[in-house]
Amino acid sequence: MISQLFILSSKGDHLIYKDFRGEAGIDVVSVFYEKVTALPGDQPPVVMSHKDLHYVHIRQGGLYWVATTTQDSSPFTIIEFLNRLAALVKDYCGSLSEKSVQMNFALIYELLDEVVDYGYVQTTSSDVLKNFIQTEAVSSKPFSLFDLSNVGLFGAETQQSKVAPSSAATRPIQSSREQGGKSQIFVDVIERLSVVIGSNGVVMKADVEGEIRVKCYMPSCSEMRIGLNEEFSIGKSQLRGYGAAVRVDECSFHQAVRLDEFDNHRILRLCPSQGEQTVMQYQLSDDLPTPPPFRLFPTIERDNGGRLLIYLKLRCDLPPKSFSQELSSPEQSCELKPQNRSVVWTVPRCTGGTQLSAVFKLEVPGLSSASMLEVGPVGLTFELPKVTATGLQIRFLRLSPVQPGPSQRWVRYVTHSDSYIVRI
Amino acid sequence: MEEEEEEEEEEEKRKCCGVLSVVIMPYLGSEDTVRELRRALTNPNVQSDLLRYRNTILKVIRAMSQGVDVSSLFSEMVKACATVDVVQKKLVYVFLCSYATLNPELSLLVINTLRKDCQDPNPMVRSLALRNMTNLRLPSLVEYVEQPLTAGLRDRAACVRRVAVLGWAKLYNLQTHSDIDAAVVNELYSLLRDTDPVVMVNCLRALDEILKEEGGVAINKPIAHHLLNRLKECDIWGQCEVLRILQRYRPQSEDELFDILSLLDASLVSPHPPVMAATLSLFLSLCPALPTVTLAALERVRAPLLATCGSASREMMFAAICHIQLLLRSLPGLMGAHYKRFFCGYAEPAYIKQRKMQVLMELVNDDNVAMILDELKGYCTDVNTDTSQAAISAIGRIGRSYSDRCLEILTGLLGLKQDHITSAVVQTMRDLVWVCPQCSDTVCLAVEGCEETLQDSQGRQALLWLLGVYGERVSSAPYTLEVFIDGVRSETSLGVKMELLTATVRVLLCRPAETQDMLGRLLHYCIEEETNMSVRDQALLYYRLLHCGIEETRKVLQGRRSDPSLGVLIGRPAEPVGQWACSFNTLAPLKQVAVETESTSRGSPEHVTFDRKPNTDLSDTLNCGQDETVHSGSDPDVLPPSPVVPLSLSLSPALSPAEFERLWLQRPHVLSEQDSVKTEEEEDYLCMEERVRCPEILHCSTQSLQAAMQLVNIQMLAFTLLFHTNRSRLGKYGLVSTKLTLHLQDVSPQYDCTGNHRRPRASSLLRLLLARSPATMSGALNPGSDTVHGHGRRLAEMSFTTA
Repeated sequence: MISQLFILSSKGDHLIYKDFRGEAGIDVVSVFYEKVTALPGDQPPVVMSHKDLHYVHIRQGGLYWVATTTQDSSPFTIIEFLNRLAALVKDYCGSLSEKSVQMNFALIYELLDEVVDYGYVQTTSSDVLKNFIQTEAVSSKPFSLFDLSNVGLFGAETQQSKVAPSSAATRPIQSSREQGGKSQIFVDVIERLSVVIGSNGVVMKADVEGEIRVKCYMPSCSEMRIGLNEEFSIGKSQLRGYGAAVRVDECSFHQAVRLDEFDNHRILRLCPSQGEQTVMQYQLSDDLPTPPPFRLFPTIERDNGGRLLIYLKLRCDLPPKSFSQELSSPEQSCELKPQNRSVVWTVPRCTGGTQLSAVFKLEVPGLSSASMLEVGPVGLTFELPKVTATGLQIRFLRLSPVQPGPSQRWVRYVTHSDSYIVRI
Repeated sequence: MEEEEEEEEEEEKRKCCGVLSVVIMPYLGSEDTVRELRRALTNPNVQSDLLRYRNTILKVIRAMSQGVDVSSLFSEMVKACATVDVVQKKLVYVFLCSYATLNPELSLLVINTLRKDCQDPNPMVRSLALRNMTNLRLPSLVEYVEQPLTAGLRDRAACVRRVAVLGWAKLYNLQTHSDIDAAVVNELYSLLRDTDPVVMVNCLRALDEILKEEGGVAINKPIAHHLLNRLKECDIWGQCEVLRILQRYRPQSEDELFDILSLLDASLVSPHPPVMAATLSLFLSLCPALPTVTLAALERVRAPLLATCGSASREMMFAAICHIQLLLRSLPGLMGAHYKRFFCGYAEPAYIKQRKMQVLMELVNDDNVAMILDELKGYCTDVNTDTSQAAISAIGRIGRSYSDRCLEILTGLLGLKQDHITSAVVQTMRDLVWVCPQCSDTVCLAVEGCEETLQDSQGRQALLWLLGVYGERVSSAPYTLEVFIDGVRSETSLGVKMELLTATVRVLLCRPAETQDMLGRLLHYCIEEETNMSVRDQALLYYRLLHCGIEETRKVLQGRRSDPSLGVLIGRPAEPVGQWACSFNTLAPLKQVAVETESTSRGSPEHVTFDRKPNTDLSDTLNCGQDETVHSGSDPDVLPPSPVVPLSLSLSPALSPAEFERLWLQRPHVLSEQDSVKTEEEEDYLCMEERVRCPEILHCSTQSLQAAMQLVNIQMLAFTLLFHTNRSRLGKYGLVSTKLTLHLQDVSPQYDCTGNHRRPRASSLLRLLLARSPATMSGALNPGSDTVHGHGRRLAEMSFTTA
């Protein structure tokens, strides 16, 4: 049960405030912000208490999403709800930022009104909400981005998001109605890689958390079939033959997914609702089918002048074809961040099969042989487009009945580094 | 005419720079904003233009959510409510619901519009009107609301029924003292069979609130089975609610229980963490008597819990880790093979890293110790000092079972010469030696020479303790102490000074030749020049102690070098599941400040119990939570009745100096009044009387009280609970006068009680008195001439008169 809900910007501006039960005053917002800022570091604990009120908050899009509760509620439920709410707001506003929330506050109030009543979550399904918010929009031109862009307010911004290709999926779901006929569906296979490579080059840990996400802009879509690799298997026991099996340890599906064709043909069937939803989640631990994408060969020396020399050789072990773009002169940069005591080496692009080297010379006052032990680890942050670490592929994507008019179907693969650590 | 023109112009301007006005508004003074808005709202030109009118209302709401007080616009907004534009209606309702309580009279004007809307053919309008009618939170409007609500329950649209059902709960909470309308309750019970799952769940919620005083909604067998059968239809929020409510139901037979459990099996491994957690919670409450079923359920949730630990949402991940910690209390081996899941990510926030380290600590076994230590070693040099210190103390903790490997890492860390790392390592070593005396050789070698890098007082205190206790084995001990003594004038930390005194006296006992001179200097400084009374008193104490002879001093100061309760500590026994089952899926596990992270901020090991988790069954009312306060020492007769506070013990009694003094002076009086015989009988124990005023806790047995006391190292000798139920005075709160005769642990008084210098001195004095054995003290100070009480009192009086 949620007593109040509010959204704060990172600077503490009140963006949204809604009191569902009238149990506590509005000063809770400032109390919360004081608590957050009073703590050292920018990462306060998820749950805080003041008097009898518990504050649960998440951070998304640079904002604090806070729910207060007087009862001892389930933390999973509240956190999941806040996450879901953030996702809904993202669906309806296109993107999640202080600005988008500020601009769409009326829409968000309306959403909140439908989503929560008297502190109880009513529904968060965009299919149900669609009816309420949609009727609204039809009855009178409205309150969302479009209303405001009529005034000439944010035209520039919508323009921008159309130009930027990677943000094709960051637009409000309602726009599908407005733009008429431009129905699109995006299926993203997103994997997060967390790897620890020991100083001797041995992979100590390699985990993949993956998910298939569907983002649907179709006004009506009756059924969608997603075909996965046929050799896809779950768990260790199901290995079939010697083929290049795509294996995951654990796998779970969204409750709307029908799995009657999954066992034999590896086909997921579902009726996607508007907006974004995670259709399938899977994990794989310690047994990647391919070697980790990056290898690092570090050498650390101390020269006579008391300087620290770090030689880094970074090799990308992906097959060369995986990146089609030619590597133009790499615009690499390097920055020393004293507050983190770290050196950041930025490589804009790195093709498969290539190798990059760098030498860093650091002046360290009072450098001793012992301080060499302090160097490291190296953390790599990257994004690999068109690659999945598990090898999961989408064979086909069919919509039935076939959509009238032009419809675009997109399948995208991307692997992020959740945490990719190379010890020195 | 002119005025109108001006206004027109202004309007024009505003139109042109619409962008500007929106951006600027929050920075205007709130009065200007409100005035401007009122102008716009009352302008007939605006009112006639739908879009402009709505935009103006938007601005009002925006100002409202930014914290500007726009309540004075209430009457203008009430007018704006009468419109066909649903969007505008919604916006106005947002405003009205926020400010209705401030303007009850004006709100009456809205009710007619709302009642009319309740007849609207559009179900959305009906539900909107009904919802906002109940959201106004005005008791005066109740009579107008009841009729539409009753009609709403029978509405053909589900969305109206959903609102109506919850509306009754809101209505009831507005006028809690009124009688419950049985007809409504029956209607709500019958609506549990509604076709719409949300209506069903809302009925549960509403009944739960309306029947709060009867213990919430009653779940009998047909209802329970009905709910279980419809579980699949609900969305995850509904499922969680139903699962929570079902915890009240007790199956009548074992067959029924197993039927329910097998029905729930699918949701136990749900990919949605809230459903999974709620189901496990239900499992735990359904079968406390079936340990095998419980264990099987815990095994089942392992996979989804681990998956949640890898969730993209940091907060969700944190919640999962905290709950895994709970599970590990009963099943230490549950996650053993999955330890790698708890390796920290590079960019994870510190609070997650620290929790993960705590989990890793629990998971250590012979197979994975090398990997885990290697991983933890990596965190020791983390940029975040809290993380690195937590990693070091985690290694120290593992060192209790794998001391050689850990000491090797810790010694290696000293080589880094980083002050915060060295400090954490020395503190960790001190704690380790206290539990594992066999490590002392390595530690004695390692601490030599690290005083140069130590900056903070905690680390230096730890070093001094080690030097004092192992003075004869650290060859440079007297010389290190000398450095400290030479710098004592510029020393700011109280704790370090007191630790220094104790350490020097201790070293004197084993290496008198090297220490005698410097001790003299130190005592001279502390007695003659030191301004802090605690330090002075301690110096005086040692001075007199030394007068009594070296043997007496030895008896007092050379206490234990290791934890007396050693042995039981190694390998914590698995707790029964029932111990934590009630806090599963609540906020409590996320809030708990873990014991381990605290180790860096405490004084000396002797004061702290290592195993704070009780082995005996403790009743729920007694917990050693950190945030609860002890109600001690207050005169019960003058206390006004206060809200129910569960009796609890706190490790740091928060007592003001004045209160302590009053209490102390009052004591002899109380004693003589009660029984004078006792005083003589208990020569060896400090008798402390605490009057704890608390609600009647008759279900709290003496055993559980005793167990709670043991957690804070207080042994109980005699124990009486007197219940005065002085109802005429204190109303329904009973008065419990607890007389606790405390047998204090035989701890030699080498410890300053201000391990944590942030605490008030008086409370630490109390701890000093508590922590030192009066027996040894009396022997040393004034052999055989006085009773313990006299001593304690004199010491206290001395402190307070000088303070």
